[in-house]
Amino acid sequence: MLLKINTSKVMTGSIPLQYFLIISTLMFFTGIYGFLTRKNLITMLMSIELILNSVNINFVAFNRFLYPNNLHGHFFSLIVIAVAAAEAAVAIAIIINIYRNFRSIDVDRVDEMKF
Amino acid sequence: MIDYTYTMLIPLIPLTAFLITGLLGHKMKPIVSGLIGSTGLFVVALLSYTTAIRYFWTDHIEGSGYSALKAFEVTWLNLTDKLTINLGVLLDPISVMMLVVVSTVSLMVHIYSLGYMKGESGFARFYAFLSLFSFSMLGLVLATNIFQMYIFWELVGVSSFLLIGFYYEKPSAVAASKKAFIVTRFADLGFLVGILMLSFMTGTFDFRTLVSPTGPAIAQAGGAAFMGLSAITWALIFIFMGGAGKSAMFPLHIWLPDAMEGPTPVSALIHAATMVVAGVYLVARLFPVYAMVAPDALHVVAWVGGISSLFAAIIACTQTDIKRVLAYSTMSQIGYMMLALGVSGYGGHNGLGFMAGNFHLFTHAMFKALLFLGAGAIIHAVHSNDMRDMGGLRKYLPVTHITFLIACLTIAGVPPLSGFFSKDEILVAAYHHSMPLFVIEYLVAGITAFYMFRLYYNIFWGKETHYHHTPHEAPFTMTIPLMILAVGSVFAGFLPFHDLVTSDGLPFETHIDYAIAIPSVLIGVVGIVIATIMYRRVTLIPDKLASGFGHLYTWAYHKFYMDEVYLFVTKKILFNYVSRPVAWFDRHIVDGTMNLIARIVEQSSVMIKGFQSGRIQQYGYVFVTGTIALVIIFIYFL
Repeated sequence: MLLKINTSKVMTGSIPLQYFLIISTLMFFTGIYGFLTRKNLITMLMSIELILNSVNINFVAFNRFLYPNNLHGHFFSLIVIAVAAAEAAVAIAIIINIYRNFRSIDVDRVDEMKF
Repeated sequence: MIDYTYTMLIPLIPLTAFLITGLLGHKMKPIVSGLIGSTGLFVVALLSYTTAIRYFWTDHIEGSGYSALKAFEVTWLNLTDKLTINLGVLLDPISVMMLVVVSTVSLMVHIYSLGYMKGESGFARFYAFLSLFSFSMLGLVLATNIFQMYIFWELVGVSSFLLIGFYYEKPSAVAASKKAFIVTRFADLGFLVGILMLSFMTGTFDFRTLVSPTGPAIAQAGGAAFMGLSAITWALIFIFMGGAGKSAMFPLHIWLPDAMEGPTPVSALIHAATMVVAGVYLVARLFPVYAMVAPDALHVVAWVGGISSLFAAIIACTQTDIKRVLAYSTMSQIGYMMLALGVSGYGGHNGLGFMAGNFHLFTHAMFKALLFLGAGAIIHAVHSNDMRDMGGLRKYLPVTHITFLIACLTIAGVPPLSGFFSKDEILVAAYHHSMPLFVIEYLVAGITAFYMFRLYYNIFWGKETHYHHTPHEAPFTMTIPLMILAVGSVFAGFLPFHDLVTSDGLPFETHIDYAIAIPSVLIGVVGIVIATIMYRRVTLIPDKLASGFGHLYTWAYHKFYMDEVYLFVTKKILFNYVSRPVAWFDRHIVDGTMNLIARIVEQSSVMIKGFQSGRIQQYGYVFVTGTIALVIIFIYFL
């Protein structure tokens, strides 16, 4: 709606860019909401994955609609996926250690690092 | 110009001895530290005598006056272009005379202490302090400027403090050392104020510039006045306050009798012969300024000296502790010297008092050191300070007896011993200046003879006391200094002081004024005779007289309640009405401000510490909210 894009030049037929953006925004805020409200660390990690993937959708969509002859957006989303995988590995390792120490993965009980 | 640069060694040798014995004293045998100190002082004494002989005789051109010369000087602190503080060596008649006094007495005391302090646990410490004192006193004597004098003035104060408190296990010694330090420090406050005023007005610290008749100090005569006295008079009165504190003049004398808690050789050196005459030396050093610019300040000096000498002489008649009798006698004799300076004028025969004061300083150092060292030998033999525990000691201590008798005769002014000459000159000077002061001093001469022979008879004659173990004569290290000082006391009076130590450096003629000399000898003899009647054998006269004098005796026995007055002033008035409000101000206002700041910081940190909750979701919430807020601001408002 804000962006005026000539869809006739774009190959993908009928799905306009706005739809991608709407779905990625929904995913992003779902992720934010989950990150801020869920108490389970695993669920919070999943929320972060949602956020990252909403960004990936944006990258791919913008790349496809704005610069169809370039691949920067695709590559960047690949990098994000790789980093997310590494981050998930580290996060899960941390969560396991937290569980060993606190016998729980409730985020509210892990508040040792305070004043 | 004759080279006297070597005189800088005179203070430096004792300093070296102090550093060696002070730092390494615990590693060497006690006797070694004693020998280091004594050898050092022996060299110092030789150098001093050489300097005196060269200065007064060999290097002196016949007919010319003695002038002050700077043997050596370095700039120590360069504060501004004009204001520097120098350290150096100044030689003039009085400093050379003091060199002889200090090094002689100090050497005698060093040798004497080898015997007296034998077996004491703090032997090395004692010698270290003695060396420190000798260094400071020699530095004071040789000071080229008033600031250097002030530095060494404080150093002698601290070495006096250390030596009075030498037996620091004894509470009374600790109290005495504290008292001496506090009283003299209080007086030194006046000295410092005086120095600042004087140097502010004249723009110099240097003695030679200060006392020069064409110098800036003399030019200050008149000038701004406060309470009827000119500013420079006030400055000189403040400086005299420092001198009065050090010299135990009334009313700042209260520390001197208590200072007798120190070892007896220390009393002889510091509290009889050298340090306590520093006040006299200070006035003598600035004498031309006093005489030419501030005669009112000189009147203060004369009257303080006169009152002190009478006051102390009366107290001395009632005391039973032999060292205290000698302490009050010291105070009385220093009063004489102050009075002599106070009644003196400047130049020629007018400067008779100046010469007499310094002359008496010289002879007094000899016979009073002798008296104290003799008292030390007696205490060493009897193990008591109280004359009531003594009596009939002449059989056991022959050498001490004879030397002590010589000293008593000297201080009583019997001719031809040295005390007669110097005291006679003082009386002549007082007679020509002020009748009341002359009468006071005349009376004091009699009282002095009386109390000295009261002391002498109570120790060496009087009742036959049975001692726990037979008293024995002191070892040679102790008797030899006694004999040397006795020779000094006998012959010091023949030194031609009127040629050597005069107010303007020029010699003048003196002669014995028989109209004054004969009565003064007579009153001394009367004093001796009365003491002989009363104390040679045990009689009832002393007790009858004591009850006859009634209150006067009780008052004098309690030292005119001066200590009580001081305690009342400090404890009741100063502590309650000054210290307490100041302490309250400090605790509530000064500390209160600081506490308030601390409390505000503490409260605000309690208030904001909730932000650091440790809950990751809270941080996330804040982060997200902030980001959204920034986005909104950037999109819609910027």
